[in-house]
Amino acid sequence: MKSLEELAAIRNKMQNQVNLRSEDSSCTRIVVGMATCGIAAGARPVLKAFSDGIQEKGIKDVMVTQTGCVGLCQYEPIVEVMAPGKEKVTYIKMTAEKAAEVIEHHIIGGEVLTKYTINSAIQ
Amino acid sequence: MLPEIALSILDIAQNSVRADASLIEITVKINTAADLLSVVINDDGCGMDEQQVKNVVDPFFTTRKTRKIGLGVPFFKMSAESTGGSFEISSEKGVGTRVRADYVLSSIDRMPLGDMTFTVHSLITLNTDIDFLYNYSVDGNGYTLDTRQFRQILGGVPLNTPDVSDYIKEYLDENTAEINQGRAF
Repeated sequence: MKSLEELAAIRNKMQNQVNLRSEDSSCTRIVVGMATCGIAAGARPVLKAFSDGIQEKGIKDVMVTQTGCVGLCQYEPIVEVMAPGKEKVTYIKMTAEKAAEVIEHHIIGGEVLTKYTINSAIQ
Repeated sequence: MLPEIALSILDIAQNSVRADASLIEITVKINTAADLLSVVINDDGCGMDEQQVKNVVDPFFTTRKTRKIGLGVPFFKMSAESTGGSFEISSEKGVGTRVRADYVLSSIDRMPLGDMTFTVHSLITLNTDIDFLYNYSVDGNGYTLDTRQFRQILGGVPLNTPDVSDYIKEYLDENTAEINQGRAF
């Protein structure tokens, strides 16, 4: 069995660091739709790609979270990126590969990947 | 239907999240002698009245008004019943909801349990204001992950801190592997 002492060691390490992740308004939120429709369409690898990618690249002030059905089931997996002071960006029919691109170009580079957004589908 | 029991559990647990639960208990119990895989999801959320409980198992009742329920419960019910197992949902307004699905372990129609580590890990790290109690056992040997205990050890360090998040993932993977002893369910 994995020991709980390891967890105590993490606490001791972390408590010395002042900058614990805060979920305040300066945070960019990446929201993955994880209702039945999203899960059935393949939201799990997308959510995985975002959480792992953000963690691996050590990106700060970005929070990956999940939500229910937003009523656009035919476009699932849907990912919304909400950055403070900016318009919400809705990416549709996401995959783990597209997620990696979004992290690279949008989250890090600041450039919206319009080819994957909902606007590209309804025009 | 969803291709893994773990995905159904993730889906059903979202209902508990949206029901404003403060504690969600997920139990996966495998009994090879009884040829049974039993899943229980129990929450202390807002609950439903008798009529709502009847409606959630009916996929065709789903209207915009009840969209928060949708196909999740009917999928879960069907996946269990198609193996010759059973399904039960009970709820009380203001008290909570309990969903149980029993699968016949050896049935050819039983989906694989699937990636429970992802299900439990993502529920915990993405809903840090909720406590989770996960029990996994095979033939009486099992382990428990209780976020209330983890929080106590962690002091104020959040459960979604990268190091803690990794620890939770390893805790689930390693303990499950130890219980499974090379068997796959």
